[in-house]
Amino acid sequence: MTDTILLAHGAGGRLSHDLVRDVFARRFANPLLDDLDDAAVFSLPAGAGRLAFTTDSYVVQPIFFPGGDIGRLAVCGTVNDLAMRGATPLYLSAGFIIEEGFPLADLERIAESMSQTAQEAGAVIAAGDTKVVNRGAADKVFINTAGVGVVPPGVDLGANRVRPGDAVLVSGPVGDHGIAVMIQREGLRFQLPLVSDCAPLNGLVATMLAAGPGAIHCLRDATRGGLATVLAEVAEASHAGLEVEESAIPVREPVRAVCEILGLDPLYVANEGTLVAFVAPEATEAVLTAMRAHPHGREAVRIGQAIGEHAGRVALRTALGARRVLDMLTGDQLPRIC
Amino acid sequence: MCLAIPMRIETINGQEAQVEVGGAHGVRTVSLALTPEARPGDYVVVHAGYAISVIDEAEAQETLRLLAELETFYTDEMIARELRG
Amino acid sequence: MRYIDEFRDPNLARVLVERIHAGATNPMTFMEFCGGHTHAILRHGIRQLLPATIEMRSGPGCPVCVTSAGDLDRAIALADVPGAILTTFGDMIRVPGSTHSLQEAQAAGADVRVVYSILDALQIARDQATRPVIFLGVGFETTAPTVAAAILQAEAEGRRNFYVYPVHKLTPPATRAILDAGEVRLSGILGPGHVTTVIGAAAWEFLPRDYGLPCAIAGFEPLDILRAIEALVRRAAEGCPAVDNTYSRSVRAGGNPVALETMYRVFEVGPADWRGLGLVPASGLHLRPEYARFDATQAFPVEVAPVQEPPGCRCGEVLRGVALPTECRLFRRVCTPLRPVGPCMVSAEGACAAYYAYGESADD
Repeated sequence: MTDTILLAHGAGGRLSHDLVRDVFARRFANPLLDDLDDAAVFSLPAGAGRLAFTTDSYVVQPIFFPGGDIGRLAVCGTVNDLAMRGATPLYLSAGFIIEEGFPLADLERIAESMSQTAQEAGAVIAAGDTKVVNRGAADKVFINTAGVGVVPPGVDLGANRVRPGDAVLVSGPVGDHGIAVMIQREGLRFQLPLVSDCAPLNGLVATMLAAGPGAIHCLRDATRGGLATVLAEVAEASHAGLEVEESAIPVREPVRAVCEILGLDPLYVANEGTLVAFVAPEATEAVLTAMRAHPHGREAVRIGQAIGEHAGRVALRTALGARRVLDMLTGDQLPRIC
Repeated sequence: MCLAIPMRIETINGQEAQVEVGGAHGVRTVSLALTPEARPGDYVVVHAGYAISVIDEAEAQETLRLLAELETFYTDEMIARELRG
Repeated sequence: MRYIDEFRDPNLARVLVERIHAGATNPMTFMEFCGGHTHAILRHGIRQLLPATIEMRSGPGCPVCVTSAGDLDRAIALADVPGAILTTFGDMIRVPGSTHSLQEAQAAGADVRVVYSILDALQIARDQATRPVIFLGVGFETTAPTVAAAILQAEAEGRRNFYVYPVHKLTPPATRAILDAGEVRLSGILGPGHVTTVIGAAAWEFLPRDYGLPCAIAGFEPLDILRAIEALVRRAAEGCPAVDNTYSRSVRAGGNPVALETMYRVFEVGPADWRGLGLVPASGLHLRPEYARFDATQAFPVEVAPVQEPPGCRCGEVLRGVALPTECRLFRRVCTPLRPVGPCMVSAEGACAAYYAYGESADD
């Protein structure tokens, strides 16, 4: 095998076959994939409720960052989208668009990471595809994942279920992923022990659903646009007002420090393993206890509530006790000097 | 022109300092070209990678002390007002 | 974080707010010169805590907002110099010039890189020794000394591929220009704490002396800003204008002599074109002849066409404190952060962007 990816690896012949077998199939090893047939065929578990289905594409730079890589991101992102609707993730697909000249060793590293992350989530990568494009037509590697899961009967999560009085919870500190990635960039380098929070959250969601059956109204993955964007989206979709306390929102000190230095707002920085939950008030304590018992929810905390006023909008109470409106992120946040 | 953050100097090598901020050590190299008088242990105000002043810690503490005194005075005043009914 | 958290104490803030309320019995208008103050005031909700008698007006202290369209067009043209790497602070990247922005130039293939410090640009120049690396020098007296210091360092290293396009401006002349224009009636000025760290509190004595206005030099934490406003309220009520240094942990009467000496060794004072103010004499910094070889516009002469301001845009008036963002008919309706018409909406600390992001109280 050569040590870089060639156009021929995407051409469908012997080289393609070997690539799929040696890089991907070997690592994603499972009965559905092993035969390398044109499609994966499976039955759903007995008593399965409705299906959940989602897709996402990943083009992150750099592709390797503290706490993860594009492969782990690709698996977590799709697993978490399913989990936010209460679905147990079952099967994933992974499509790769690879730039000619991409190091084989890097591709193997990504495949390994995806295999491990899928196992962590209890999901199976059952289908895949690889294409190779000319140098310059893609930035190293792009990955698309799609995923299918089953939603247990009786589980119905969505913004339209949020009611005034619901507690707003966050599963942990915000801003880790976006800042961990940003400080790797040339021109913005800082030496900080910062690691992306990239993680599969379906296990956490399962414990939450068990602790508060029927009481979890909505779950959202706070990815691009950050916590504030998710809150604004839910408020808009639910027609409830939301009120959150700035001092209650957890942010790690190093993340805070970088945000202060670069003039960024941690509430708008991307996360990849942090969720926001809207929970019926009487179940809040039980759900928080369950979250804190889980590795991905140790620092879960209540940050506010849904209210009957200013429907569709989010109010942030600052540390000084004043209130301001939190809107969605418009454009990218950029470091500033002023 | 405005965004500048206090950072604590840990070590100095020539005109370059390694700083601590937010509990993290050796975060970045900061230039002391504009504050050659800075010493390890000093807090400096850092703008765009350069220290522009050494924080006068006595002044900072005095400011906070005055504010705290004011706060006590006001709290006492408010309590007294409440007691008067 | 040390020297930040203590100056955000809500209990101490409440006391200052009460004193401000008690003292501001008559209407007062204060100008915060600095975009960083506009941003901080709105981010912490300070505007909401102030009494209705106090009005805060933003001044032209947003280096992005006051960079003239012509200067910005020149920067974008420099980004298109073959093989060049244009390095810039993030603030500038989305501001539209006549036809497009640096970010759009980047999308079209120009090598534009955001840096935190000119030192990062210098490092890129070392790493890419065969390519010209150009740094866009925006900012006031806080930033200009850092650019000067980096130029001196580049000279000492014998670096031949490092260039600066300086559009630095000076704040006291701009303040004078606004006051001389007589368009806005002020009761006092909130002085920029980090500019003054460099130029010294004494540099603002002309305000009480020539204009009868109090000036309170303020830091950027909530307690700093409230202390400064409290001082302004007291001075305005007493009718006894003076300069109050409420940021004494960083600001001294004489400023930072090393920073000033460094700045004036590399730069000399000349006229500058301020968006919103026009040409203001002795308000900008130009490279001295002995440092001309670092001047990007001399190394790469670029021609730019004269520019028109977009119709309906009131950025000029907003920058002079004559209009609030909410008084511009384009604000929010046509001009938004996603589709900005003028620079005040693009820059994160431009008054219009700050008002858009933070300005609504949830009670509106």
